[in-house]
Amino acid sequence: MTTMTATPATAGAVRDAGSRPSLLRLTGVELRKLIDTRAGFWLLATIGLIAAGIVAIQLVVGGPADRTFMSFFGASVFAVALLLPVLGILLVTSEWSQRTAMTTFALVPRRERIVVAKIGAGLVAAALSVVASLLVAAVATLLVGVTVGNADWGIDGPGLLNATLFQVLNTLIGVAFGMWLLNSPLAIVLYFALPTVWAMLTGMVSWLRDWAQWLDTTVTMAPLIGPEVTAGQWARLGVSMLVWLVAPMLVGFFRIMRREIS
Amino acid sequence: MAGWRAQPDSMIAVENLSKRYGEQAAVDDVSFVCTPGTVTGFLGPNGAGKSTTMRMICGLTPPSAGRATVAGRPYRSLPNPGREVGVLLDASAQHPGRTGREVLTLAARTMGLDTREVTEKLGLVGLGGVAAKRRVRAYSLGMRQRLGLAHALLGDPSVLVLDEPANGLDPEGIFWMRGLLRDFADRGGTVLLSSHLLREVQEVADRLVVIGGGRIVAQGEKAELLASTGTLVRAREPHRLRAALIAAGITVAAAADGTLIAEAETGAVGQAAADGAVVLTELRPAENGLEELFLRLTAGETIKESLR
Repeated sequence: MTTMTATPATAGAVRDAGSRPSLLRLTGVELRKLIDTRAGFWLLATIGLIAAGIVAIQLVVGGPADRTFMSFFGASVFAVALLLPVLGILLVTSEWSQRTAMTTFALVPRRERIVVAKIGAGLVAAALSVVASLLVAAVATLLVGVTVGNADWGIDGPGLLNATLFQVLNTLIGVAFGMWLLNSPLAIVLYFALPTVWAMLTGMVSWLRDWAQWLDTTVTMAPLIGPEVTAGQWARLGVSMLVWLVAPMLVGFFRIMRREIS
Repeated sequence: MAGWRAQPDSMIAVENLSKRYGEQAAVDDVSFVCTPGTVTGFLGPNGAGKSTTMRMICGLTPPSAGRATVAGRPYRSLPNPGREVGVLLDASAQHPGRTGREVLTLAARTMGLDTREVTEKLGLVGLGGVAAKRRVRAYSLGMRQRLGLAHALLGDPSVLVLDEPANGLDPEGIFWMRGLLRDFADRGGTVLLSSHLLREVQEVADRLVVIGGGRIVAQGEKAELLASTGTLVRAREPHRLRAALIAAGITVAAAADGTLIAEAETGAVGQAAADGAVVLTELRPAENGLEELFLRLTAGETIKESLR
């Protein structure tokens, strides 16, 4: 059937097996895994379409104040932020739902390196999403310039940084939920359901209302898209991230390190 | 010399490996070694602990006790394991949405290999051309096994750990795989190959490790193990025969069809049956087939399982 053969390393000596795969290389592989399946491709395409769609609507129905570069950018960032956590979740959980974790960890048995590479891939994906939002906003502003004239191209530096942080946190919360639950549907459902349940609780129980400002991520993260973030808002953001990002990520890290892969 | 080091005598060394899940011992004090130039057949009925042992060798399952090394080191401390050990533990554990070529490309990138290796290995296992561009979802189990084998061979390792690789392969595919593994071992490679079907392993293995109920029930050179003798005996009432043999102090194992394999000469077995007034339908020396060995060594375990 075939004349080719499998050649092992020469008997009597073991060929140099090469160095450990670098974290950069592993991050590249994790990014590739995000786009090399139809599901991954369509998730990214959907994110792009939603961003373009929201900005298109704002372009048509928005008032003059909404038709600035930063305003288009903010709208796009908000739209993308809806699905970035899902991307973060699938980045981790697809290894378990498709059982590819077996081959992944057989090739890289130091599991913490895969975890770091996945977080790295999440950071790159978040940064790229900001670039995409900038492009969408630029196209929209260009259209304003052509059709109405007087396009406002003003760029708010700190605002851009805050928006990037916003997307990074959204992605990492997804990664953390994925690591914690290691199950795609469960992680996605809980990610969307828990904040709603929290909001309902705080609506019903009055003494919880003060807490809401510290723990409800829709409240604590919103200032990142606003004009500026106060010291108090930073503190609330930090506390909410401890609960929704750091805690599940830590629990998930130990789960992944100890769990039997089969 | 940098880049080269002396090859250990045992490329896979399993020492007193155990895995407990609560009260249940899935693997109980298992020890064996695999040396360069040999194919070791890892035999046992389903649920005997083969896969758990192999996962422990590959650092995927933490052992409850004991240790395993590959090329002289614990698997987890191999810097780039894919270049030393080719692993195929479950051919169906692949993302159905990826193409065969993409599955190998991800592995090649992880290991730092040229993607030309991907094309070469796909051709080697007969998945070149159109098959490589199809998604794994559309692959038959046999094709997934071939892809898994290509994946294991990708980094040109000197050790192969393969769990039930013949599962789903057609007879021609099994014949091809045997040739590939024999050749790999003849060139100095080390192969650990599990199966619950004896025929698959009988042709290609040099050594056998037989496991039942989590414990090793026999291991050694294939020829040595096959030379061991016994008596095959059948009766209309197997349970009465069994009782008679046990009463005569003869160790006996039962196969699923009621055939008994007794560890005694035909004369002693016939006498024991006569003493117990049991009518025999068959009495002969057990043929030196691996099948009878396998039945003898694992049937008891299987029956214990089914009685539970």
